[in-house]
Amino acid sequence: MIHSENLTKEFGKIIAVEGLDLDVAEGEVFGFLGPNGAGKTTTVRMLTSLIGPTRGKASVAGFQVGQQDIEIRRRVGVLTETPGMYDNLSAEKNLQIYAKLYEVKDIKGQVDKYLKMLGLYERRLDAAGTFSKGMKQKLAIARTLLHEPRVLFLDEPTAGLDPEASHLVREFIEELKKEGRTIFLCTHNLDEADRLCDRIGVFKSRLLVVDTPAKLRASTFGRKVVFHLARTYDSLLTTVQKFEFVRDVKLVENKLLVTLDNPETQNPEIIRALVQSGAEIQFVGELRHSLEEVYLQLVKQE
Amino acid sequence: MDKIRTIISKEWAEVFKNRMVIFTVAFLPLIMTAIPLGIIYGTRDIAKSSSGKNTTGGLPTEMTQSMCPSGLSGQDCFQVFMVSEFMMLFMIVPVAIPVTIAAYSIVGEKTTHSLEPLLATPITTVELLIGKCLAAVIPAIVATYAAFGIFALGSWIIVENKALLMALLDARWLIAIFLVGPLLAIMSVSFAVMISSRVNDPRVAEQVSMVVIVPVLGGFFGQIAGLFVLNKQIITIVAFVMILMDAILLFLATRVFQREQILTRWK
Repeated sequence: MIHSENLTKEFGKIIAVEGLDLDVAEGEVFGFLGPNGAGKTTTVRMLTSLIGPTRGKASVAGFQVGQQDIEIRRRVGVLTETPGMYDNLSAEKNLQIYAKLYEVKDIKGQVDKYLKMLGLYERRLDAAGTFSKGMKQKLAIARTLLHEPRVLFLDEPTAGLDPEASHLVREFIEELKKEGRTIFLCTHNLDEADRLCDRIGVFKSRLLVVDTPAKLRASTFGRKVVFHLARTYDSLLTTVQKFEFVRDVKLVENKLLVTLDNPETQNPEIIRALVQSGAEIQFVGELRHSLEEVYLQLVKQE
Repeated sequence: MDKIRTIISKEWAEVFKNRMVIFTVAFLPLIMTAIPLGIIYGTRDIAKSSSGKNTTGGLPTEMTQSMCPSGLSGQDCFQVFMVSEFMMLFMIVPVAIPVTIAAYSIVGEKTTHSLEPLLATPITTVELLIGKCLAAVIPAIVATYAAFGIFALGSWIIVENKALLMALLDARWLIAIFLVGPLLAIMSVSFAVMISSRVNDPRVAEQVSMVVIVPVLGGFFGQIAGLFVLNKQIITIVAFVMILMDAILLFLATRVFQREQILTRWK
């Protein structure tokens, strides 16, 4: 649904986006993570045909960026970083304007549908300027969906929202995911990316890595298994270290932290060896690295 | 065409909620109409008090008669001359209104960050620019025509001598109103688009864009100083120069009003 090859954008001597190769499948939620100024918004702008690339090519929904820009804009919905509503106009009028620009046939029907869906129908005649930040963001989401795009570009959809509003927006994105829409999600909220995204790309002018959240954790840190023991002694370390597949092992208080690539098949051997060496295992669990740790590690390495 | 109409109606719905814009569109034409009407009314009394004498109010006869058809008295020519002096002032209307509207409409979009979602719709840049320009130019032209209508009606009521009335509403006025006025409005909005791309405050955009009034005021003061007399030929030449200037300014405005420029350089 979204494809790019060597997509590059330069502003004078500054390279904002360098050689981006990307494939996002239909119905996939793709998280695009990166620090401020990494070029995420520039990438979204190129993929939504708002600005042209310096080099490389891209296609969205089967249409070529730079050649079929109007067709792309007809088929994608863009939630920009700031809602950018017309504050003097009512919520309804705001949506009506965009429905006309997006060539929506049933303007009233679509406007009412999304106002109701996002809980803004009762306030539809109020000026958008009187809305809270969360309500404005919901109105902007409604605007993004008026023409029923199959591809959505959401740039920081929950930025600056309170926890309740963020939760509502995330729930709505999950609903959109269930409808099978392709979503390109730029976010700083790593928990959000972890929960919503099928795959994640970490980006800093160029794509550092792309994978599912689970595989990103594994490839960055390996998978850590925690063995809680009744008693610990140093020989336990050598018991575990003798296995070639063990990437790292540490003893912290009464916990043995073992880094593995494939705990499902490797754990039984370690458990057996520990028991044979006299260890009393109370319970075993996997230590889950947060995506934030993964992200920070990747950006730090870069 | 539907999208251009949508942009125009959106612009009007937005900018006409701004008091500054309403003031400029509603009151400026009224003030500019009241001035020449006041002059006609005032000089009519002077003409009546000096009836019987072929006075030109102390001005050289050849100056007042240069823009006066034959058959009118010296007093009548004086009235025609005085009103003509203020014709340039009257032309401020089609210059000031588009500047105010365009400044608020374009810089306003920048400050509210509403340009990017607008540009993300399937509207072409040309449609957007035309919509924004027309949204600024149409009220200016309507206000100018309305003001001229009020001026013509007022003159018809005040002036008893219908030959004088015809002289006051001669080809110079008609060319000025129906040709130079819209051309001035286009010049003004093109200039405002260019200025708006460089500033972030509608008031600054408006004040800087008001520079386009300078040539109009220059014409006004030049005429007052007796450097030239605005006759039909000069106004026609001005109209042709304006067409050329509008073409250049519109070209420059379209160069500035590019999607990429707007998103990456309009800060």
